Amino acid sequence: MNSTLKPIPWKLHLGVLAVAIVFPFVFPSNFMVNFGVMALFYAFIGQSWNIAGGFAGQLSFGHVAFFGVGAYASTILQMRYGFSPWLGLPAAALAGAVVGGIIAVLAFRAGLKGSYLALITLAFAEVLRIVANSISITGGGLGMLIPMKASVANFQFTERIGFYFLILVLTAGSIALAEWLRRSRFGAQLAAIRENEDSAKALGIDVFAEKVKVMVISGAIGGMGGCFFAQYFLYIDPLVVFGVDKSVEMLLVSMIGGAGTVYGPLVGSVLLALISDVTRDLTQIQGLSLVLYGGLLVVIIAYLPNGLIDLFKRRTPSPRKRD
Amino acid sequence: MLKVTGLTKIFGGLRAVDNASLQVDEGRIVALIGPNGAGKTTLFACIAGFLPVNSGRAELLGQDITGMPVHKIARAGMVRTFQITQPFAKLTVHENIAVGAYQKYPDRQQSWDHARAIARQVGMEHMLAQPAADLTVAGRKRLELARALATSPRLLLLDEVMAGLNPSEILEIIAIIRKIRDSGVTVLLIEHVMHAVMSLSDHIHVLSYGKIIAQGSPQEVVNNQAVVEAYLGRGSKAPPTGVAVAGGTHA
Repeated sequence: MNSTLKPIPWKLHLGVLAVAIVFPFVFPSNFMVNFGVMALFYAFIGQSWNIAGGFAGQLSFGHVAFFGVGAYASTILQMRYGFSPWLGLPAAALAGAVVGGIIAVLAFRAGLKGSYLALITLAFAEVLRIVANSISITGGGLGMLIPMKASVANFQFTERIGFYFLILVLTAGSIALAEWLRRSRFGAQLAAIRENEDSAKALGIDVFAEKVKVMVISGAIGGMGGCFFAQYFLYIDPLVVFGVDKSVEMLLVSMIGGAGTVYGPLVGSVLLALISDVTRDLTQIQGLSLVLYGGLLVVIIAYLPNGLIDLFKRRTPSPRKRD
Repeated sequence: MLKVTGLTKIFGGLRAVDNASLQVDEGRIVALIGPNGAGKTTLFACIAGFLPVNSGRAELLGQDITGMPVHKIARAGMVRTFQITQPFAKLTVHENIAVGAYQKYPDRQQSWDHARAIARQVGMEHMLAQPAADLTVAGRKRLELARALATSPRLLLLDEVMAGLNPSEILEIIAIIRKIRDSGVTVLLIEHVMHAVMSLSDHIHVLSYGKIIAQGSPQEVVNNQAVVEAYLGRGSKAPPTGVAVAGGTHA
């Protein structure tokens, strides 16, 4: 993790945004737009993990908990109570935030960090999966099917490009949040907590409160990701939205791209989407993409421990004066 | 400024700090000395809220801070440094100090400017862009000091900021600590470097086996029979000039 507190120049942000905006017009095929949607979607939920795991150093292995709660919150409101799916988005954010807050208070009260925190978050996600599997309001193991009624009012778009721009707005928002963390006092405090909790405390930082705050924010983003997922695929079940594999993907895109960096999740997710599309196109082997991705992870950890984002940094040796 | 009364900390069967009382008056440099294992760092940790105490009480500016969480004590104006330096390793020197400065200045620009000013004060201005992990021991000690100072404390607790430094670095840091005191910050320090303690301190407390065995001006303390015995063992005579204690660089 090599997050620093140096702001990224506006020109770079605008350049990336411009590329993302013209992308679906340059490549208007369904296949390519779907590729863009998936890349942005993984960047978005990856950023949810990155803000807690990368910026604040709170390594979670169960971030899918927020994602799944968001997916179910918006779908249940829509299917059981007839609310507009658009309302599902803030509801999902709220649900994710609440779950994030609860898990954070319980885990951090008990002083859990590192691998213990990873295990407890994993356990929470699994408990939620089993609960969703066994109660009736979630439709149990059968899951919930959202009927296809394509209209903007329904949060369903006849053209994929509608989804593309929706997830682009969400992802841009999450990147703006990450950039704000680099510039703000809150971000500096999170970096301090990640580096050394005792020192952070000694300097007057309320470590517990800041960690809970960051999990609430991270949970809200994860929840919105779940809502988007439900509306895009129109089907959720406990294994899909609470599965460990999604936690792993959230974590992987950040780690591969560069944990604790603003663009790490986006870089990692573009690569993940690319690998999964190419392997699916060329072979019929299920899950080959994850095998490749795992292999890539090994290579990256060995040679680029700060993530792929390091490749983009200009290799100018920083001026160092010794004493 | 700080008043500690009857503070006791027990680890299992060991009374690490035993009914210790001390007082730090505003605007002074007060030292806490004692042989290795006397309980100095434990006493610091208890005062700063890092360890719960078994009994006794600590007051900062008239406010009872016993059992208060560390960050609240820090915000109340008492900030400690660590004997074993704990830098934010992956952040630069400037960022490290800015984390401290943010406590007083929520605005980024102000906080970063303040951090720069503090770096100048402790002579780290030319290292601002360096990652903390790359610093030498002397650099890290200075960074501990700078970071704590950046929070604009009323009272600084310095835990062996001179250990591991060479003589010229020690002279530099002595000058820095004096300047800090002159700027209105009260200092309580643990130190083993005796000539530094003697020249810096207005008042000294001596801790041995968890008990405060003596206190007074530097001259009074070196001539105190109990202090000499604590350092050199029973049977030693108090040296008239305090050579035995003052001359030893690391007691």
